[in-house]
Amino acid sequence: MAEQFVCKTAEFKDGDRRIVRIGQHEIGVFNHKGEIYAYSNYCLHQGGPACEGLTISAVEEHLNPDKTSKGLFFSDTQMNFVCPWHGMEYDMSTGECVSDRKMKLRKYKVTKKGEDLYVSV
Amino acid sequence: MDLIADRGRRVTVEELNTTKLLAHAAEQAKQRKFEDMLIVDVDAHHYESEHMEQILPFMENDVLKQLAMSGRAKGGRGAIMPQSVGYQDMGGRVTRYPLRSSEKTPGKEHRDVQIGHRWMDAMSVDYSCLFPTGMLSIGLHPQKEMEAELCWAYNRWLTEKVMPESGGRFFSMLCLPFSDPDAAYRQVCEFGHRKGVGGFMVTTVRPKVGVYENAYMKTYRAIEERGLVLSFHSGPAWGESTFQSCNRFLSAHALGFSWYNILHCTNWVVNGMGERFPKLPVMWIEAGLAWIPFVMQKLDHEYLLRPSEAPLLKKKPSDYMRDMFYSTQPMEVVDEVALQDTFRQMNAETQLLYASDYPHWDFDLPSTIYDRPWLSEKAKHNILGGTAARLFKLPPRNEGQKKNLERFGNLHT
Ligand code: FES
Repeated sequence: MAEQFVCKTAEFKDGDRRIVRIGQHEIGVFNHKGEIYAYSNYCLHQGGPACEGLTISAVEEHLNPDKTSKGLFFSDTQMNFVCPWHGMEYDMSTGECVSDRKMKLRKYKVTKKGEDLYVSV
Repeated sequence: MDLIADRGRRVTVEELNTTKLLAHAAEQAKQRKFEDMLIVDVDAHHYESEHMEQILPFMENDVLKQLAMSGRAKGGRGAIMPQSVGYQDMGGRVTRYPLRSSEKTPGKEHRDVQIGHRWMDAMSVDYSCLFPTGMLSIGLHPQKEMEAELCWAYNRWLTEKVMPESGGRFFSMLCLPFSDPDAAYRQVCEFGHRKGVGGFMVTTVRPKVGVYENAYMKTYRAIEERGLVLSFHSGPAWGESTFQSCNRFLSAHALGFSWYNILHCTNWVVNGMGERFPKLPVMWIEAGLAWIPFVMQKLDHEYLLRPSEAPLLKKKPSDYMRDMFYSTQPMEVVDEVALQDTFRQMNAETQLLYASDYPHWDFDLPSTIYDRPWLSEKAKHNILGGTAARLFKLPPRNEGQKKNLERFGNLHT
């Protein structure tokens, strides 16, 4: 099992991210609301840097009980990260592609060792 | 500079660096040994609207030039080019749009050449056909004389100031002022022999124009006689009546790009243009591929019953469509079986040419072709560059490319 130091946990705040390499693996590590997520940085669309773009709340359309639309809203619960090449969106909590949840970025294991954060393959 | 979404996180980016942004494309190119394969991108873009101060002085008519330059000046109010509504940058999600102006170009060459070479090198593209961006809506300009002037100025600027600095790696099919047939003819005569001119391009966002009108025949003939290519480049026009019920850009974009090529290609085929100009290579650009089998089937079906309305045809409409060329992007890679059948129906091995459309939001990398497991090696080489090398007479840039071009009969001698 190969392991790579990411950074000191104290330096990795909510909203931060790092891109680290382990051999052929390029990995995006996110801190989202205190949870640490690590995903492959190779987009499932055309291989773009999936973890290097915007993070932005998912967009929802809310309906009234009579099925009329209330319009578009940002989600209060789901955060996505967006591949900057063509805008494909991934669910931060799962790494799934929002428009086709069968497509899922490889997830990597993150471990805290004392003050340090590591990601492993 | 910070990229920030109202409901997202702050992303600090110092500047856009195309080479860095496309680092994974460069990895792909290396893994696939693209260096030995001549790759031609028949549809790439620059933002000519950022260089209007260089372009407008090439306008010929003093009065129109005054109108255009004054409109652009600080405090000027009007747009000089038709603008179309749209959200190409997807609310900032496609970050190269908001960051574009931050990219540094310290070299001596024109800014567009420096940036162009960065994406070409990353993708291992050897030659790119450069097209404008905003001018793709020029067909909606209410004044045909202004359309002619703006095309003239752009074509002079491109051939005199931009392409000469590209080391021969940019070529173009120049924008025709199609609303004014005489002006279009004049521009073919004036620019057809210039270096880097591989043909002429008609922007197809022109809902009211018939490509079969007699007034255009001398222009087609002039392009054919010069051994150049006539291309039709599609675009969206959300504000145009057909699309006004679309409430999402996704819908207007998906339909618009397909629709304008469907419209003009149908008119081209049904009016027997393939019989009138059998030696004129015609190419349909930026509508993807899914529309092609649709139009082939619809036209063959109707022609079978109504040949009296297309008396110039000597074979099925789809046969004429298989005589023409198509660019790949944006290739609908969602169902491999459907895509494979589309390739079969259009004779992709000889009729399809790779296009990136970079830097626009839905660009395609060469790997979109190279990685199709069901494509023969010959088809991959032809589509990625061999067919374009023959059409545009482009030489190889190294020995490996030369061998491959020879191997598949694409070496221009
Ligand atoms: S490569 Fe990521 S969105 Fe296309």
